[in-house]
Amino acid sequence: MSPSVPLQEMIRAIRSARTQCEERGVIQRECAAIRAQFRQADNGGRSHNLAKLLYVHMLGYPAHFGQMECVRMIASPRYSEKRVGYLGAMMLLDEKQDASLLITNSIKNDLSHSNQYVQSLALCTLACMGSAEMCRDLAPEIDRLLRASNSYIKKKAALCAVHIVRKVHDLGELFAPAARSLLAEKNHGVLHGAVVLIIELCERNPETLERFRKVLPDLVQIMKGLVLSGYSPEHDVAGISDPFLQVRILRLLRILGHNNEGASDAMNDLLAQVATNTDSTKTVGNAVLYETVLTVLDIKSESGLRVLAVNILGRFLLNNDRNIRYIAMTSLQKIVGTDHNAVQRHRGTIVDCLKDQDASVKRRALELSLALVSASNVRSMMKELLLFLSSCPAELKAHAASGIFNAAERYAPSQRWHIDTILHVLTTAGGDVRDETVPNLIQLITNASELHCYTVHKLYRALLTDISQVSVSNQSEIRFVTEDDVLDALETVLQSHMSGPLTACLSLHHFTTASRIRSIVSIYGSCIDVELQQRAVEYNALFKKYDHMRYATAR
Amino acid sequence: MIKAILIFNNHGKPRLIRFYQYFAEDMQQQIIRETFHLVSKRDDNVCNFLEGGSLIGGSDYKLIYRHYATLYFVFCVDSSESELGILDLIQVFVETLDKCFENVCELDLIFHMDKVHYILQEVVMGGMVLETNMNEIVAQVEVQNRMEKSESHMERMLLRRHLEPLSPHSHELG
Repeated sequence: MSPSVPLQEMIRAIRSARTQCEERGVIQRECAAIRAQFRQADNGGRSHNLAKLLYVHMLGYPAHFGQMECVRMIASPRYSEKRVGYLGAMMLLDEKQDASLLITNSIKNDLSHSNQYVQSLALCTLACMGSAEMCRDLAPEIDRLLRASNSYIKKKAALCAVHIVRKVHDLGELFAPAARSLLAEKNHGVLHGAVVLIIELCERNPETLERFRKVLPDLVQIMKGLVLSGYSPEHDVAGISDPFLQVRILRLLRILGHNNEGASDAMNDLLAQVATNTDSTKTVGNAVLYETVLTVLDIKSESGLRVLAVNILGRFLLNNDRNIRYIAMTSLQKIVGTDHNAVQRHRGTIVDCLKDQDASVKRRALELSLALVSASNVRSMMKELLLFLSSCPAELKAHAASGIFNAAERYAPSQRWHIDTILHVLTTAGGDVRDETVPNLIQLITNASELHCYTVHKLYRALLTDISQVSVSNQSEIRFVTEDDVLDALETVLQSHMSGPLTACLSLHHFTTASRIRSIVSIYGSCIDVELQQRAVEYNALFKKYDHMRYATAR
Repeated sequence: MIKAILIFNNHGKPRLIRFYQYFAEDMQQQIIRETFHLVSKRDDNVCNFLEGGSLIGGSDYKLIYRHYATLYFVFCVDSSESELGILDLIQVFVETLDKCFENVCELDLIFHMDKVHYILQEVVMGGMVLETNMNEIVAQVEVQNRMEKSESHMERMLLRRHLEPLSPHSHELG
């Protein structure tokens, strides 16, 4: 009987439990029964019991007592028992446990079993949990399977070899020749495995990488066959021939062409062909296009090809699929430093993405937009960014505000524009402005002396409309607005629960009218906030002692 | 490399868990809970990529997931895998399940957990993509299932023969 039926009965029993407690009870009873069965010398239901154990293991219950049973099942001549035994080993064992040593011999024998499905079980398990010793021991066998077996085994042996190389780096040398010859195979599963193996070998060893540059013509040939050949029903996925294999080969090409002019030149035409011939209306096509773009940007490609790649990313930004938009943004962000001009061409689309529904696309669009601000586009960009700021999600406000401040500081066409921008940010998102930026702003406003009254005027208006962290700064040259008006407003600021203590401090800094100051300041002498209290007391003392120096101090 | 493949339902109940790197059992459950927590609060109109949780690995790891009706299929992968490629792979896996189970639903995954593992083994091996051709995967799975069935059928036959009362012609049966 296959393992499924008694397993299903147990699952039904577990699911009929109405509470967590009841479920635990059912499972404990089942596990006790399973444990008892394991202890029996020979029982017909062995594979059911292990399958049941794996199920409860998935739900989070302890299953370590099944480890030895896995070892026994793997050694069984029955395929059904081997199958679940190997699955159990992969789920419950790892090389740190003693039981895993005991399966080495079974794996060794099963690798040369007459039944390819038994061989495949052994290969799978070795690739999942083979220890370094096991790998060293069995590497020659894997190499043999890479060369002389059917496609089904070859593709599994290739991935097994990858695992071996990860565990024992030196063995890369052993597999390089076989990996190379696998590129001549027709079976796509084998080709895919071969490319994965070659990628692993090249990433581990620069000398191997150098040697594999010689197979570039073969790789180009394979790609051309996939991209340009006619319809192949066997490999077709929505009009693209084996997109997974194409993506994998493109990844290998990227590794071979990185930092190498010769290799990059050799693949230039191919990459251009893939970029232009791949149908971008289907998702599978986009996976291939995206990989092509990444490869072009990472090798020493011609500038024309780079522009083509960036244009593909620009097109991706207009795609309906949000995943495509997201990865395009991510890639553009990575290259905005190196390919700034090419990315600038897509500024409009990027700015439009500030309105995207997806929060992560918005975030990327914000970072990119800030990176794209320049002296020539600062006015129009800032309009968009300020618009964005007024409606952007809360978690992005602080970042947006400081980004805008930085950009404004670098590229402000005039001081007045600069101050306007700052005030706009403060009124829109004052509460989210990071505290450390405020002193800088005050400094800026202070320095723009000819605009003081303009600034004060605007601040006053701002205060009337929105009391938050509007920094109340330089009040020293009040001309058009009466001092009392401003002080009224300031008093409201101080008393308002919405302003942070920082605002209050700043307000205190700049009072110039003695009597009003004194009365306000003395109130704050007993304020709960320690800093305010301290300031208030200090100022009071100052005002009393050095009346004539008050103006200077207030600055 | 694929570090883990997790399938759980809308309430976080695991339907299939496969780790390609060793984690202790309680750690596995913690990872499942954390992953469910991260994935379940995502809107349906945001992208299918998430930075991985802190438990399952460093900054090089991402969660790539698809949400089908009552089930989340989550692949935790590193940067060596193409994000769009993995999304397509999840689709291939689900379509394969659909073919093997004939209009697969959550109950199929619950009651045939072992079979789902065997199917997955033909798609991903040792954390690496093995086969992406759906017909190839389905064909191999069917051969192995038939092998298992015929093996147990053979055993039942042998058992029956062994238990039949001896008859004058029994020596002919051999």
